[in-house]
Amino acid sequence: MIIRRMFLGMSAALVGASLLMVADPATSQAEEELKIGFVYVSPVGDAGWTYQHDLSRLELEAQFGDRVSTTIVESVPEGADAERVIRQLAADGHGLIFTTSFGYMNPTIKVARQFPDVTFAHCSGYKRADNVSTYLARFYEGRYLTGVVAGSTTESNVIGYVAAFPIPEVVRGINAFTRGVRSVNPDAEVRVVWISAWYDPGKEREAAETLISQGADVVTQHTDSTAIVQAAQDNGVHAIGYHSDMSRYGEEAHLTASTHVWDNYYVETVNAVLAGEAESTNVWGGLADGMVELSAFGPAVSAETQAIVAERQAAIVSGDLHPFEGPVLDNEGTERVPAGRSITDEELLSMDYYVEGIQGRLPQ
Amino acid sequence: MLRLEPRQTTSVQMQYATPVIAGVLTIVAGIILFSSLGVDPIEALYTFFVKPLTSVYGLGEWALKATPLLLCAIGLSVGFRGNVWNIGAEGQLTIGAVCGGGIALAFYGDEGPWLLPLMLLCGGLGGMLYGAIPAFLKNRFNANEILTSLMLVYVSIQILGYLVHGPWRDPDGYNFPESRLFDDYGLMPVLLAGTRLHLGVIIALVLTGVIWVFMSRSFQGYKVTVAGQAPAAAAYAGYSRKRVVLISFLISGFMAGLAGITEVSGAIGQLVPVVSPGYGFAAIIVAFLGRLHPVGIVFAAFLISLMYLGGEALQINMKLPLAVTGVFQGMLLFFVLGSEVLVRYRIKIGTQAREA
Repeated sequence: MIIRRMFLGMSAALVGASLLMVADPATSQAEEELKIGFVYVSPVGDAGWTYQHDLSRLELEAQFGDRVSTTIVESVPEGADAERVIRQLAADGHGLIFTTSFGYMNPTIKVARQFPDVTFAHCSGYKRADNVSTYLARFYEGRYLTGVVAGSTTESNVIGYVAAFPIPEVVRGINAFTRGVRSVNPDAEVRVVWISAWYDPGKEREAAETLISQGADVVTQHTDSTAIVQAAQDNGVHAIGYHSDMSRYGEEAHLTASTHVWDNYYVETVNAVLAGEAESTNVWGGLADGMVELSAFGPAVSAETQAIVAERQAAIVSGDLHPFEGPVLDNEGTERVPAGRSITDEELLSMDYYVEGIQGRLPQ
Repeated sequence: MLRLEPRQTTSVQMQYATPVIAGVLTIVAGIILFSSLGVDPIEALYTFFVKPLTSVYGLGEWALKATPLLLCAIGLSVGFRGNVWNIGAEGQLTIGAVCGGGIALAFYGDEGPWLLPLMLLCGGLGGMLYGAIPAFLKNRFNANEILTSLMLVYVSIQILGYLVHGPWRDPDGYNFPESRLFDDYGLMPVLLAGTRLHLGVIIALVLTGVIWVFMSRSFQGYKVTVAGQAPAAAAYAGYSRKRVVLISFLISGFMAGLAGITEVSGAIGQLVPVVSPGYGFAAIIVAFLGRLHPVGIVFAAFLISLMYLGGEALQINMKLPLAVTGVFQGMLLFFVLGSEVLVRYRIKIGTQAREA
């Protein structure tokens, strides 16, 4: 198995491609089973952020068989309780613990200090320690491609985006999406509704319907339910899913989805721990690493559009195309990235402006 | 038709027996539930009720998790006895966390031993003032305090969200929505090395005693009780209803605010977008589970706390899904609260049920 990993320091430099071989099952049979703990911020459910982590957990069980066993704890609040859950997992003999939400960052670091022999991997944070790695995916690459799909599909040239909180991660997704839209349809504009919640199907649906009533004929979201896909289906417009393939919530409406795939990262991490070679790393992988994938296209996506998307995807994977290749203008006309270079990881991590093509002003 | 009819007298023996009966029923139902899932029921029950308490750390967590429940519930019980319905302890808790946590952030880099007491004071006062809003609306405009206090919960969550997403965001935190970590002077001292148990539990127990004395010994406490049990008599005696409303909200708001600041200066150590997984609401159950009596509330707070820990232990040690632990927690509450009802009411099967 070959996985290219991005090591991200403060300046997030690409350190290099590393090869990791899957440990030969015969060599490690004598070792005792590795217990792996997963801390989830919500129930697993049928789609969404946690569901994707759980798919990859099941992949671990399938690949490693009886060499590993996994434990999940669902709906762990991101407050005082997280530390106890993480600590109990460590105290109960789990040798590797994945904490899969930003709010677990400080608790993970605290517990890791008390359990130096346990390996921790925290998703989406920035604090590391000798036994704490961090990992995240370049979701914006998938967003860009779904933007291409949306821009090619829209007829009203109004595209709706339901978003949770204006943190850089979410803003980056909106901007990459819009860059994708505008790359194929310079007349289209993206409208954003902020709902101040990660998961609130009622509000998500309401926001989607507001956008649809304003003329949006494609909607997408950075929230955690399938409500907007269902809203699109019921209103006869199109939707682009996020986190998971959401096509079964609106078969005609669903164009595609940008999905998270943690399989490679989890397999690689387990291999490293089994081999006794776990190191503190910071992985920020994208399409090229298989951490971001588009789900199957729906019936409304033309063959022509599919071809463009395939081409762009290949270009991103090969490094010929960056969704934020300069010049990048914000929606007030200021140049944020000059022509001739693409955006740096540091600029990506602190993104706090809307790019050209988004209506309105980013809440500060 | 089934209906509930109040019993003329409630048996004293039954009042002591109900928790036992509820416990037995829970165990029987648990055995059925776990067996039908193919899980060893004895091991599951042990994991739920005993395993969390088999280590010093576990005992610390037990008391730690009971602390905010106890603080909120004991405060709420005052109003509930006086027929004043503060449903918004969660909001007062949140504002307490904001006010107390705001002090820690305001004096960042300039701390001293005075910081924590000031934070506690401001947290309590913040919750108290926030609780005064529904009391004012009730007394001035006769607005239903159940609605106003509940709605203010959502307002408080937005206020906290705005602050941690905006002005109080950690400047070194890559724009993630959380504040700086508080300085050590802003953290509750840990009582027991190796655990997270902090001074908050002592504060909660002491204040429980204070409120017990207030309700059973002071004239004002007596007025609250009379206002709840016999509103007409209270009015005849000239006890001010408005004062009862205000006092109830000030006390419960103060206690909830204190719960908020002890949470953020205790186990969390910073302001985050969600400081409480619903302690203010769970405290309503705790208050009634404890029959609005201080001793009962202490037991109830520890029971609910154990229920949370047991749910986690079932997930971690037995690999049972959250849904199953939720069902079991629900059954436990159902039996405890259900048998409470049956001590006070009898079920009548008849046709002469009054129209609601």
